[in-house]
Amino acid sequence: MLLQDSKPRYGEKAIQGLLAACGILSVLTTTAIVFSLLGPMIGFFEIVPAKEFFFGIDWTPQFEPPSFGVLAIVAGTLNVTLWAMLFAIPIGLGTAVYLSEYASPRVRRTVKPVLEVLAGIPTVAIGIFALTFILPEIIQPLWPGELLGGAVGKPFMALAASLGLGLMVVPIIASISDDAMSAVPHGLREGAYALGATRAKVAVRVIFPAALSGIVASVVLAISRALGETMIVLIAGGSTPNFTLNPVESIQTMTAYIATTATGDISTGSLDYKSVFAVGAVLFGITLAMNSISIRLTRRYREVYE
Amino acid sequence: MSGGPSSVTPRNRLAIAGARATTAAMLRDQPRGDVIRNAAFAGLLFLAVVIALAGLLALLIQAFVEGAPALSPDLITNPPSTIFPEKAGFRPAIIGSLQLIAGVIVFVVPVGIGAAIYLEEYADKSRWWNRLIEVNIQNLAAVPSIIYGILGLAFIVRGPLDLGFILVAGSLTLALLVLPMVIIVAREAIKAVPDSIRQGSLALGATQWQTIRSQVLPASIPGIATGVILAVSRALGETAPLLLVGATVFVTFDPTPFSPDGYSAMPVQIFNYALRPQEEFQALAFAGIIVLLAVLLVMNSFAIWLRNRYEQRW
Amino acid sequence: MISSRRLLVVASAAALAVGVAACGSSDDEATGGGSDLSGSIRIDGSSTVAPLTEAVAEQFEAENSGVRVTVGTSGTGGGFEKFCAGETVISDASRAIEPEEVEACEKEGIAYEEVRVATDALTVVVNPENPVNCLTVEQLGAIWGPDSKISSWGEVPGLKEDFDEELQLFGPGTDSGTFDYFTEEINGEEGASRKDYNNVGENDNATVTGVEGAPGGMGYFGYSFYQENEGALKALEVDGGKGCVAPSAETAQKDEYVPLSRPLFIYPSGEALEKPEVKGFVDYYLDNVNAVAEAVGFIPLTEEQLQASKDATAKLG
Repeated sequence: MLLQDSKPRYGEKAIQGLLAACGILSVLTTTAIVFSLLGPMIGFFEIVPAKEFFFGIDWTPQFEPPSFGVLAIVAGTLNVTLWAMLFAIPIGLGTAVYLSEYASPRVRRTVKPVLEVLAGIPTVAIGIFALTFILPEIIQPLWPGELLGGAVGKPFMALAASLGLGLMVVPIIASISDDAMSAVPHGLREGAYALGATRAKVAVRVIFPAALSGIVASVVLAISRALGETMIVLIAGGSTPNFTLNPVESIQTMTAYIATTATGDISTGSLDYKSVFAVGAVLFGITLAMNSISIRLTRRYREVYE
Repeated sequence: MSGGPSSVTPRNRLAIAGARATTAAMLRDQPRGDVIRNAAFAGLLFLAVVIALAGLLALLIQAFVEGAPALSPDLITNPPSTIFPEKAGFRPAIIGSLQLIAGVIVFVVPVGIGAAIYLEEYADKSRWWNRLIEVNIQNLAAVPSIIYGILGLAFIVRGPLDLGFILVAGSLTLALLVLPMVIIVAREAIKAVPDSIRQGSLALGATQWQTIRSQVLPASIPGIATGVILAVSRALGETAPLLLVGATVFVTFDPTPFSPDGYSAMPVQIFNYALRPQEEFQALAFAGIIVLLAVLLVMNSFAIWLRNRYEQRW
Repeated sequence: MISSRRLLVVASAAALAVGVAACGSSDDEATGGGSDLSGSIRIDGSSTVAPLTEAVAEQFEAENSGVRVTVGTSGTGGGFEKFCAGETVISDASRAIEPEEVEACEKEGIAYEEVRVATDALTVVVNPENPVNCLTVEQLGAIWGPDSKISSWGEVPGLKEDFDEELQLFGPGTDSGTFDYFTEEINGEEGASRKDYNNVGENDNATVTGVEGAPGGMGYFGYSFYQENEGALKALEVDGGKGCVAPSAETAQKDEYVPLSRPLFIYPSGEALEKPEVKGFVDYYLDNVNAVAEAVGFIPLTEEQLQASKDATAKLG
């Protein structure tokens, strides 16, 4: 009788409800985000035709006459993200392979925390570094002359922001890829070595494919971070909406537009105000899309070892 | 080599090493091209690491070099000044940042742990609404920080909560930003507790909540604490959402949580100083970066120490 | 398990300590002159006027430690919006209040006065190597106008000097009052401008580096930025119809530097002026504004202009 179920404990149910409420808060947050964007966005599209917004390449909302082609700032976002990933993927993966296959435990123990430090640097600091050091001391002296318009005399540049962004996401790629590669069972490695493969071959032909799901996940995560970053591109990338992928031009990303306009001289309810939410909605949509791609990819490539 | 030390110069050494490697390769039946390729590959990998570390080093060195002239106790005790840049400091921003993260901790710890406990211990994964919660958390972790700023502006500062541009609004916005991270880390920590512990407790007659409260939670606290510290580090360095919820005013007094008079925060103040023409403000911006980096370093080191010290091995 | 519990206690104590320390330290008021004034003064508006208001606020707070002054920079338009909604007591403005804003204030019953506090001379700068000394308003309009296709100095109509470098334009963002004023005065309509210039957003420092680094560079910003960088840049004289005039304190005060000298205002609300701390602040502002204006790079008011401002305030309060 002692072991039989006595009357239900209401305290338990209450606690469970409370905890569930904490979980539901996440759903509420997403709903709130969608709602906060939806209202002004609808108001925006009542005035600006959707075709101009989604297909126009001229984003000049505060000029007379205004033009609302969002592709200009979408291109800015893609521009900096593209060049950032072209920098971060080799550096990040190279670091990961080195740490997981080549480095001695002592080197690993020192380098990994240092990477954590890099990951924790506030983006405003990286932005200022990109503008005041990367641009004048790295890009401008080393850029070949007039290639793509030349780098001299440009106060802002997509490439400067890209390199800053790249530095910011290298730890993400390196850390997660390294974890993925380290998780590959030693048996696979030892088997390959026993067959006479070199370290390089083992790394490229055995470990890399085995850890691919983790590596891909890290890259997708890095891309998401880069797409959504504000301060680095705001400080170093410029404020000129520019429909181009040219790295040595000034651009404006969606995030920088939102930050500049929302803190600037706009009145609530005006078209500029609503454009902030419209752009925010596009950004949110892109983020959700990237996230579902990431989830699907990790599910598909997950390798089973046992 | 048997010829005495005087015959082994650096150039000799290099030649000897090369000869050794080639001979060994030939003995191993490895073509010389391969050796070079492998060495080049390893070299490239090493270069990648060097570039990453060099980038970090350059940033730190630049901050120190540019910010050193402005480093002084004034930085922490003085408020910002437009007319006397030599005397300007970060005091309201530092106090603002401390209060902001205190608010973040107060909100994020119970809600984050609560949600993690619910998802790991109570939720039936086959129910659609629980999967919805999980998907939401994953999505929210990837949402750009400026969108949280928009959310804060529309819902917390104005809208339903209508708190106005007060520090608590900034705290809530930042808390929502880092909440998904805390939930994810807390879940991992709770998941790491072996089931045998739970089963044992339940077998002894404890209820589910009693089990969680006295067995699962205490065991997962180090992991959760690490997660909270990392989340707080993130919140400390965030600028974009705060720009939208009102941390941009010029304040010379110490902010308080509910005062409608405005507040400031470290990263925002650094940003503000960097945009001014006078050179002293540029140096101040870098000095601010040094201060912020120092605080973050201390926090992260504490997190690592915590993790190492209290890590449970089952 | 004891160690974990202790850890929890230590952690919460630490968090609590942080919070208490942060809140507690707000009781330490800055050492300042004792006065009986207390309260808070919320100001918002133009980011051009803000440095001036900030400087005055700083000194005022040093002498009146019981008063808290906050200065926001939502822009002239954003500032008026808050002002006419009663959220601020003083609005900083780099232009006069507009009819829609006047209506909004009337609707809420906010009485105000336009109080001029300083003058700014919008300065057009070029690279020091540039031989051009003076441009007319028409020439500036030809260069900066919305339909302009001019890409080199040689194409500038009516240029006397022999100079054909590639034109590199730098200007502030569309958000800024400087942009609004320049486009209105030079191109005839606020917001009308060519779109292919280097937009420096909030960061006028970038105009300095840009123009410095490009032989054919040209940019515009407020006088304070020129003053800070006088050695590195050349300021153009502007011909507004009465001959070439260089930007300076004298020419701006005498209204000779046209059309690019603009008055800067604060708009205190009548209701606020009834509070002693606000009245004290505004009086202090006008008593000290000329000294402060020079310190932050603006052009001080003439005796007449200052008296007119004081009269306007007296009328309200």
